[in-house]
Amino acid sequence: MKFMWFHLMPYQELPDDFKSKHTSVWVDIDSKLFDPHKGHLLYNEYIDELRFAADVGFDAVCVNEHHSNGYGLMPSPNLIASALARETADTAICVMGNSLALYNPPTRVAEEMAMIDCISGGRMIAGFPVGTPMDTCFAYGQNPAKLRPRYYEAIDFIQRAWTTDSTFSFNGRFNKQRYVNVWPRPIQKPHPPIWVPGGGSIETWQMCAEKNFVYANLSYFGHLSSKASIAGFWDKVRELGKEPNPFHSGFLQTIGVAETRAEALELYTEPANYFYNRCLHINPAFANPPGYATEATVRAKVESQVLRAAEVSRISSRTDQADVFEKGHVIIGSPDEVAEQLRGICQEMNVGHLMTLLHFGNMTGDLTRYNTDLFARKVIPQLRDLFEDQWEDHWWPESLPAEDRAQREPSRGLAAE
Amino acid sequence: MTASTETYVDTPLGKTRVWEAGTGSLVGYFAGYGGLVQWLPLLDALADNWLVKAPSLPGFPGGPASEGLDDHLDWLIAAHDSYTNSGLQTACLVGASIGGAIAADIAAIWPNAISRLVLVAPFGVFDENQPVADIFAQEPSVGLAKISNKPDQLEEWLAPPDGANAEDWAITQLRAKVAAADILWPLGDTGLRKRLARITCPTLIIWGEKDQIIPSAYAEDFAQGISGPTEIQIIKDAGHTVEFDQPVQVAEVISKFLLKSN
Repeated sequence: MKFMWFHLMPYQELPDDFKSKHTSVWVDIDSKLFDPHKGHLLYNEYIDELRFAADVGFDAVCVNEHHSNGYGLMPSPNLIASALARETADTAICVMGNSLALYNPPTRVAEEMAMIDCISGGRMIAGFPVGTPMDTCFAYGQNPAKLRPRYYEAIDFIQRAWTTDSTFSFNGRFNKQRYVNVWPRPIQKPHPPIWVPGGGSIETWQMCAEKNFVYANLSYFGHLSSKASIAGFWDKVRELGKEPNPFHSGFLQTIGVAETRAEALELYTEPANYFYNRCLHINPAFANPPGYATEATVRAKVESQVLRAAEVSRISSRTDQADVFEKGHVIIGSPDEVAEQLRGICQEMNVGHLMTLLHFGNMTGDLTRYNTDLFARKVIPQLRDLFEDQWEDHWWPESLPAEDRAQREPSRGLAAE
Repeated sequence: MTASTETYVDTPLGKTRVWEAGTGSLVGYFAGYGGLVQWLPLLDALADNWLVKAPSLPGFPGGPASEGLDDHLDWLIAAHDSYTNSGLQTACLVGASIGGAIAADIAAIWPNAISRLVLVAPFGVFDENQPVADIFAQEPSVGLAKISNKPDQLEEWLAPPDGANAEDWAITQLRAKVAAADILWPLGDTGLRKRLARITCPTLIIWGEKDQIIPSAYAEDFAQGISGPTEIQIIKDAGHTVEFDQPVQVAEVISKFLLKSN
């Protein structure tokens, strides 16, 4: 079993009356709410937290991309990932990921990810999301009617750019380029592992199963809401006659660990309240532009997580937090309790990569470190063996051996002399 | 209700439905946002005086698939094919909302194809000082009230008729919205403004006084941009779907315009 530490990087100063005075945390969030000085402190704190997670033994640190979003301060995850490539030594760096349809030509993504792979010594996971409707269609103005064909074309483009050993021409429907020649080249061959964060899109299940991409279900509502999606993916894997290797999948779970469940309740109620009531306060008008969901997905009546978040945020209140814990949207408890639940969930869903959200809402740095440290010391050891004896992880970065890595020169503080 | 017929004509993209009713001089009709899921009272009112033909555009109900269309040029060629292949050469063309944006472009690019033009609250132009509303980002609960002055009747018109498969019906409407997004996303600006001056035929511009999607002040914008003679009619108690909200009145002003310019 692999354990990954995921940061959303939420803005922590959304006001108490955010839900009643503002219509959405996303797309048209009031720009006056952002204090750049707070931004300075948060970015640096969050990078420290990611480094801490690497230091205490997580297998990977994860960053992702959101735009015009009060709960995700990483419009460019590549910037944070490049900082992490220097801040960490052995941990995998999961860029989860770049919303490919936004980058025309996608050459930029191929280049930047190759740079991160080089700087990190081959530790990068390349995440290729379609991107949410808020990020892609509304904040970035991409046409939902063309978003998916653009996305699929961009995947082909980048894979070819990484694997073709000479300059080539690309004559796509959306991208036409006489000279495609990505410099630098990624360290990992044929290219870094490709992971796709997905919800209930049937086409995404099919693509991941066919092309051997990791299907990662990023859920804000715990495993109960992910079960159907992950089962849908495994159905496609089986249909293709492939092995149900648990490492072919990933799953995100929000978690709060403490010495006891009572202490966890006390510590994590407020951050959960902030996350579900402010961070997920999304205007449902932005959740479903025509064409974003494919006809097959609409016919299958697969629920959009974003739409659900928007609806939940409208009706829920502070008093509903018990529900958040009871239904496992956030798993809380002592290390033993959390480990037991996670073992059951990962076994039931057959998921070998657990992406943990151990910072959520307005958690302080101290609480984040407490949660992260307890999880690393007391939960991971109880679950580490899961799937390891039966399955090989073919989707993990193959980094350079330690002896071939760059030796970093420590700062000599010359300016102070 | 006037007796109507349904035929299918061939276009390079595939079979295209053409609804037809009435007798007299030819009047073409390009439907608005959502297309023609059912026969429209406006077409009845027009068919009292004219031979009305309503070909479906790609993606809209009755039209061929629109997925293969890459850009606005593809859309205009496909719309022109639907128009001419349904026997509408040199006719009067009425276009509503998104159909208005396409009709205006056909008049601009193929000036001999259209004798007179009627634009009913057309998309196609965006003015930062009085922005077109985001028709695609509407909360389900307020969507119809935002576009029509008669939201309950519109909802009824959009609902599946007895015996229709509700899921297929919903998918048909979804395809129409996807096609609309393909043409209009994100601002409703198709670049039409720089082509308006190429429209030389007599043009009637109709707008709903209470249009909450495209302010009725755009009527003046279109009138000023078009080179041919123009006339503006603002219809009371009507929203963006002015042709649905006030069909008899809209048919009347169209008929008057056509008789006058005849």
